[in-house]
Amino acid sequence: MLVAQGLSKKFGDLTVLKAVSVEFRSGEVHALMGENGAGKSTLMKLLAGLYQPDTGTITWRGQPVYWRSPMEALAQGIAMIHQELMPIPDLTVAENILLGREPTNAWGWLDQKLLQAEAVAWLKVLDCHLDPQTRMRDLTVAQTQVVEIAKALGRRADVILMDEPTAALSDHECTALFKAIRQLCQRGVAVVYTTHKMDEVFQLADRITVLRDGEWVTTQPASDFTPASLISHMVGRDLATVFPALTPASPEVVLEVQALTREPYFRKVTFQLHRGEVLGLAGLMGAGRTELVSALYGLLPATSGTITLKGQPVVLRNPADALAHGVGMVTEDRKGLGIIPGLSVQQNLTLTALHRFTQAGFILGAQEKQVSQAEVTRFKIKARGLTQPIRELSGGNQQKVLLARMLLDAPEIVILDEPTRGIDIGAKSEIYALIGQLTAVGKAVLLVSSELPEVLALSHRILVLRQGDLVIELAASAATPEKVLSNAMPL
Amino acid sequence: MKFNRDFFHRFGIIFVLGILITALSVSTESFGTLSNLTNVARQVSINGILAVGVTFVLLTAGVDLSLGSVVALSGVVCATFAHPSQYPVLVPILLGIATGGLCGCFNGLLVTRGGVAPFIVTLGMMTVARGLALIFSDGKPVANMSPTLTNLAGDVAGIPIAVLCFALVALAASVFLKNFQLGRHIYAVGGNENAARVAGISVTRVKLFAYTLCGLLTGLAGVVLAARITTGQPNAGMAYELDAIAAVVIGGTSLAGGVGTILGTILGVLLIGVINNGLDLLMVSSYYQAVIKGLIIVGAVWLDRQQARS
Repeated sequence: MLVAQGLSKKFGDLTVLKAVSVEFRSGEVHALMGENGAGKSTLMKLLAGLYQPDTGTITWRGQPVYWRSPMEALAQGIAMIHQELMPIPDLTVAENILLGREPTNAWGWLDQKLLQAEAVAWLKVLDCHLDPQTRMRDLTVAQTQVVEIAKALGRRADVILMDEPTAALSDHECTALFKAIRQLCQRGVAVVYTTHKMDEVFQLADRITVLRDGEWVTTQPASDFTPASLISHMVGRDLATVFPALTPASPEVVLEVQALTREPYFRKVTFQLHRGEVLGLAGLMGAGRTELVSALYGLLPATSGTITLKGQPVVLRNPADALAHGVGMVTEDRKGLGIIPGLSVQQNLTLTALHRFTQAGFILGAQEKQVSQAEVTRFKIKARGLTQPIRELSGGNQQKVLLARMLLDAPEIVILDEPTRGIDIGAKSEIYALIGQLTAVGKAVLLVSSELPEVLALSHRILVLRQGDLVIELAASAATPEKVLSNAMPL
Repeated sequence: MKFNRDFFHRFGIIFVLGILITALSVSTESFGTLSNLTNVARQVSINGILAVGVTFVLLTAGVDLSLGSVVALSGVVCATFAHPSQYPVLVPILLGIATGGLCGCFNGLLVTRGGVAPFIVTLGMMTVARGLALIFSDGKPVANMSPTLTNLAGDVAGIPIAVLCFALVALAASVFLKNFQLGRHIYAVGGNENAARVAGISVTRVKLFAYTLCGLLTGLAGVVLAARITTGQPNAGMAYELDAIAAVVIGGTSLAGGVGTILGTILGVLLIGVINNGLDLLMVSSYYQAVIKGLIIVGAVWLDRQQARS
């Protein structure tokens, strides 16, 4: 139905896509797999008209096409849902679904009734029963995702391109999204999507295309792959995700949390964190994990309860307080709460610990540069140079810069909120190894992750949160995915 | 200068500035003369000092619309304490600068602690400062300034003191933004305020600093102006903020914050100064001057954005 033939794309001197040919069929879920920088997003953006190919052609229903803008592609029935969703937060669900083609009468008067009805109809196709009057800002990420799909459907899209739709979703929400995607395929829609989650490719995809370094590697039915063979195609070598062996934690308590509460996110949470320990926080989206660790970093201060650091009760009103007490954090929102897009790799890297390279406020440039270079080498950050703007780096490399930024300030307690979200397998393994190294030198790590295998393999102990309550503490040896999930699910 | 992105970003302005200077040198006899160039430098120095100050605020993704009024208020305060043999000459100068700093500090406090949008806060200050200038001066120009102070409008070794002021301020600001921790923090806050907070930066402190510094420089501009016109004029400085902000934006500073340099601001200030001077020399009527100036400003920024995009 939609055929890409020999598509190439260059940005400056960098070739991001080299003569890629793929065919997409109606009614199939076609997964594009590859490491960050393999060219998946670029291929999608070419198909959706966001970029124009340098060479090669796109054929749509037997006709060669050339789209100058996403609007032209959309008019022909090709819609793209971006990794970073772009809803208009203060409009309602219905207004977002029908954005740009609101039903009006001859005078331009908005027909609210028809608007609601049509929105409900499209949501129903996806088996979703959201109130169309809800404001977008009140929705969860998964719900927003579904609304975006409904919006694409409403425009009668025959091909829907989804760039990492599940990156921000919990397992539970993924299931709902997959159901919606299957509904689409039954209606003959072709779904093209990318993901970094292995298990879901095999659950969902009919066919898989693997890209590596901008080149096409293979296209085969999903059933012809095994996870191991898929990974080796992606990285070009055999690579198992290796979790580091855990060194035993020391009995010394570095952080003690007593009845910590901030309604409506979490309440009466009590636990201890030891030197050299990885404490995993598991739970569904909205269980209050992010809010809890944000309280420990002073981002969203708790309203009651106590935090004791190394025997001293402390009040953390803002991140600067937390850092001064030796608590560092890398948040889950890399773009919103992590990088300063316009600043360079070096300037981002040294932002938190800049005071270490200053004298009376003056930055010692040579020293800053030297330390940055050492960190870039240590973390294997792939960048053209220290002065490259961080926004041009891939997600995995941005994440490594943020980790380096936090660790440069030498915190005793390290909070990692979804540290591997949306990054490729190579970078993931490196971050796993890093967590192992941190505990080996006596740092304590609080790890929030929606990927269960990750939490299970990396943690000494696991705390499960459910709707703001700490429901159970599991020793790593006793924790199984089933046990964690059954405790995490609302009753 | 290296041929990096920065260079191309400024290429549009340099290009326009080059064309203007060449055209004016050819079409008028007086443009290229030393006395006229000194005159241009003198004329741009007040706008230059204001533009440098407001660069700090714009970099934090804020805005300051009160510049013109605060210039007037600072000038009036300065002139009030500058009658002959009243106080040492440093007193009125420092009081004028401090007045500006106080206004800026108020702006900063309302923006950070009060959470009011910078546009609104500084729009309010624009009216309040103008009102205060009229109250303090009883609506009349404050004359009878000590010659020690008004002599500061003169030259040192052929260079106007106002120009030296501007050059010194610009140099210090440039070094500060590039090489000081607080300078780096200004870019971080403007580039992504929430991420800056997470990185342990006190956003409040950074913004408060930017507005206060902008105020202090506005106060300085007020003193320089009062010395030049030998009076504290409550009606002085009308719409000065527009020329200053235009110069900064022409110089490549983003209104969204986080991007921009003092060098760019200086180029923007020069461009506006050359346009004003050139149109005067060509004896263009002031009605047409306004139209032409507006078109050139928008055109220069448009060219700059085209360069940045390619």
